[in-house]
Order: sequence, then C-alpha cells, then structure tokens
Amino acid sequence: MANRTIIPFGPQHPVLPEPIHLDLVVEDEKVIEAIPSIGFIHRGLERLVEKKDFQEFVFVAERICGICSFIHGQTYCQGVETIMKIDVPARARYLRTIWGELSRIHSHLLWLGLMADSFGFESLFMHAWRVRERVLDVIEATTGGRVIFGTCKVGGVRRDIDAAAMTRLLEQVKEVERETREIVNVFTNDGTVKHRLCGVGRLSHEEAYALGCVGPTLRACGWALDSRTLGYAAFNELEFKPIARTEGDCYARTVLRCDEIFQSADLIRQAAAKLPAGEIATKVTGNPDGEFFARVEQPRGEVIYYIKGNGTKNLQRFRVRTPTFANIPALVKTLQGCDLADVPILVLTIDPCISCTER
Amino acid sequence: MSLFTMTGLVLKSLFRKPFTHRYPFEPRVPVPGMRGAVAVDLSTCIFCGLCVRKCPTQALEVDRAAKRWTIDRLRCISCGACVEACPKKCLRLTTDHGVAVVTRDREVFEHA
Amino acid sequence: MIEEQPNLPVTADQLVAEVQKLCTDGWRLVQIGVTTLGTTFEVNYSFDRAQIFRNLRVTLPVANARLPSVSGVYFCAFLYENEIHDLFGIAFDGLVLDFKGHLYQTASPFPFAQAPAPAAPAAKPAPAAPAAATQKPSA
Repeated sequence: MANRTIIPFGPQHPVLPEPIHLDLVVEDEKVIEAIPSIGFIHRGLERLVEKKDFQEFVFVAERICGICSFIHGQTYCQGVETIMKIDVPARARYLRTIWGELSRIHSHLLWLGLMADSFGFESLFMHAWRVRERVLDVIEATTGGRVIFGTCKVGGVRRDIDAAAMTRLLEQVKEVERETREIVNVFTNDGTVKHRLCGVGRLSHEEAYALGCVGPTLRACGWALDSRTLGYAAFNELEFKPIARTEGDCYARTVLRCDEIFQSADLIRQAAAKLPAGEIATKVTGNPDGEFFARVEQPRGEVIYYIKGNGTKNLQRFRVRTPTFANIPALVKTLQGCDLADVPILVLTIDPCISCTER
Repeated sequence: MSLFTMTGLVLKSLFRKPFTHRYPFEPRVPVPGMRGAVAVDLSTCIFCGLCVRKCPTQALEVDRAAKRWTIDRLRCISCGACVEACPKKCLRLTTDHGVAVVTRDREVFEHA
Repeated sequence: MIEEQPNLPVTADQLVAEVQKLCTDGWRLVQIGVTTLGTTFEVNYSFDRAQIFRNLRVTLPVANARLPSVSGVYFCAFLYENEIHDLFGIAFDGLVLDFKGHLYQTASPFPFAQAPAPAAPAAKPAPAAPAAATQKPSA
C-alpha cells in the first residue's frame, strides 16, 4: 500500500478569502479524502440578538460578511417585515433590487479574480479587480460606503437615488459591462484557462441535488433553481429566468457566473426603467411576534434566515444558514480523488464565504 | 484552442495611464454622500441623549449637566443612525474619515 | 409576498421515516436548526421542492437530548448535525461522518445550550469590550 501523508490546507492560504482548515489525506499527489474543520471566524452573532434590539440588529446582520453584506441586511429586513406584516413601499423594493444586483456583480467580479489567481493567472486577477473598482465607485456614490452599504432598514431603505444619480449609475454599469466582456472572453476561450478548468470537479445532476447544493454550484449541473423566482423585492415584476448549464465542472461554474454578471446588469436596467416614484420607507411600530423563514438568493446561492420574535424588542432566535454551508458537502465529495494542484481551484469553485458560514 | 486571447488587453494597458490612483501624491476627491467621520455642531445641540440611545455600538456619551458630548472614534462605524435620530439636526457625516486614532480615548466636545 | 410555510410537528421516533418519505418524493434538505426555549429544544428540519417550502419540527427536553441522525437519508445532514452537537450538545445516533466534537473549535463547550438572557435594560455606554467579541452571555 502506498504511503499516505496528511497535508494541512489553510487556515491561511493565498487563495482563500477567509480561513477554513482542510486536512488532505494524500497518496502520491492524489487526494484520497478531505476533512474540513471550521470555527476560526465564529463570532457568535446569533446570540447578539439578545443584546441589540431588532431595529439596531440590521447593522450587525450587514456585517456578517463583507462580500454579501447588502443581501444579508436585505434578508433580515424582509424576515422581520413579514413577521410584523409591514408593507414596504414599491420604490424601496426596487431600490433594494438594484443594490442587490450591484452587489451580485461585485461579488462575481471578485470571485473571477480569485479564480484566476488560484491557477496562477495573476494579471487576469488584477484586471478583474480593476473592473470591480468601478462597481465599488458606483456603490459608494449611491450608498456612501464601498463594501458595507448601510442602506437597508426595517420598513424600507435609508437613502434614495434621484434621477441624475440613476443616469450616472446606468452609464457606469454600461462601462462595467463593456470591460467585463474583455475579461470574460479570456475566461471562456483561452486555451490555458480551459485546460485547468474543464473536467475538474465534476458533479453529476443527481449528486448535486442529493448533496443539497445551492446557487451556481447547483445550476451548473442542470437544475434551473434560483430563489429569485420566489418573487421577493421587485423580482415578481421583472423578467427573469435562471441560467443553467449541464456540464457540472469548474468550467461550467465559471462561465455561469460570467453570464450572471450580464444578467444582473440587464436586471438593473429593467428595474431602473420601471422605478416607481414614492416613499422609501414606512414607519415601524411595535415588536415582532411570530416566526418566519426568509429565503433570498445571494451571489453564492440560497440563504435562509430563521427569525423568531416573542413580542419584546429583542428577537428570540436568529439563525442563518448560508449557501457556503450547504455547498461544503459537495466540496468534500469533489475533493476525493482529485490532484493536489487542483485543490485551490476546487475550494474556490463553490465560492467559499467562510465568515458567512460561521457567523 | 486559442492561446493569446489576452494580448489585446495587455497591449492596451501597456500604453494607457495606470488605473491606480497615486494616493497620497494625488489627492482623492471624496464622493459627496460618502459616509466618513461624525461631526457635531455644539451650538444647536440640546444634549437630549437620543443619539446615545440609537448608536448601535455605544460610541457616544452625552452629559447634560456639564454640556459635554463625547465620541469614541474607534467604536464609531459611520452608520448614520445618530444623524437620523437627532431632533435638532446638529450631527452630520463628513466626507473624510478623520484623523487616525490609536488609543481608546474619547474625543470630547464641550461648550467653551 | 408571504409564502405558506407549513409546520408539521413530529416526534423523534417518526423522524427518520418522515424524512425518508420526503427524500423519495424529491424534496431537498434546506437546513436543520435549533432554538433554545428555556428547558426545551425545538429542532426545525426544513425542506424545499420547486420553491415550495415545508418544515418538520421536533421538540425535546434539554437534558440528555438525543435524536436519530438523518445522514443516512441525506448525506449533507452530517454537517448540520455535527454543528448542532458542537453548539447545543444534542447527541445524534448513527451519524455517517462523526467529528466527535472537533468540527467547531469554541472556547466553551456547547455555548448555545443556554437560554437567551432576558432583554437588558437600556445600558449606559461603558468603556468595556464590545459585545461582538467571543464572550457568550451567561444564562
């Protein structure tokens, strides 16, 4: 029997955006199995509801993660608003959609850069992040912050985008689209990139569903399932169809996320065209009493928030199940039998956001 | 199988000026509406303490008797909750991040 | 939009049979979560099929909490059940991949098993460590 070595991967690794530890049992450059270990960034945020009242807690919910920050805040607000039966004005719902899709574009561009870095293509990584800078500037101009938006609150949004700002936003989105097409051309057609991505980490159609995958990881295996079809925020009034691919390997997931950037830009234009006039927030009175599971599509997949209130101003229970948590079993499965050099690519292909996973 | 898909991009960036902002040699023009440090106008402040209650990180402290308003800059997250809560609108978010602080002392504003 | 979220109470003995039925019908496991209510745990098993949501709820007392594992039916449940064991102290019988308490490295064992503290009165701002540090509030 050949010699087995255990190589520790993480918690610090150039390719990981956040710390996760994997013990790789390796036999001559082939990984036999991978044992994950988490907890490096556990902050106990679920217990913080006991100290902060439900309106203040939006600031904490936004800071669960830096990359998917806006959508965390939005899901929290949606959950509390459903329990308290608050009617959010239409303009606020559209603004949330626009910021949510900007957040998705920024997250996918960040991921494209990290993916290029994981197989050593550093100049492509820098170009992807250069385009992302333009998105961050747009976000800063409309919300005041580059990464943590701070615009969602229970009952609506805190800031408005007037007509002039909206025109500038749409121009910038057009520029971002044009620049992204240059980069996406490299990801989709370059021979060296395809050599590293095609056929790596293949998940079959049934396996992906049985393992409980969500988001692009699931959609790249042939399932057109996307939580945006639930119709929250303004999605029931916009034309939207989930994109799916059938190959199920790393290349399919990469191209899917590239396509989603263009789909998000299109959704922003649709929402901006239909943006209704009106109030941006409703007044909130009383305390939440009841429970609800709020489901929203983050850039990484479906996030589910379980919120339970008992009539006091502090919530009784707040539980987050983030998409990366649901994709970790798929990671463990694809790592079995892969090459050691492919491990960074496989870890990144599920788009790990460990600070979300461990709150 | 195409191998030189990135040539166009590389040549363009070779002859364009760099995208990186040469800070601090070039000053950064702040975006209006950016959330920077909190500033207070003490002449209109009535020391009611509403901002203290709304602050999510407990960075503010108000002493009505001594007419003193203090802020812990390291705790402030520039969220703007205090700005929205103030009944006299004497608080605002400036467009610069303020001077860097290294100790946990509170910054004190008092009536002279 | 307020979608229907049917909540079906289930006992620990019927749990695996119910979950097996859902699996053969094509439902996928969305999450397993626990709420601490004083002296009882409420365990929620959430399922989804074509965006339709369903929830199974098991209630059990905090002392000597034991549940049969559903990781034989849904492999991905091993991660949720290990996390619940590390944070709440519920023991699972028949776990497919058991980390024996080493999945989550926490400073104190079973930190979430204590009931939420009653709502604190409006606190005076004290120059103490911020609440977001890894200190668990005592029950």
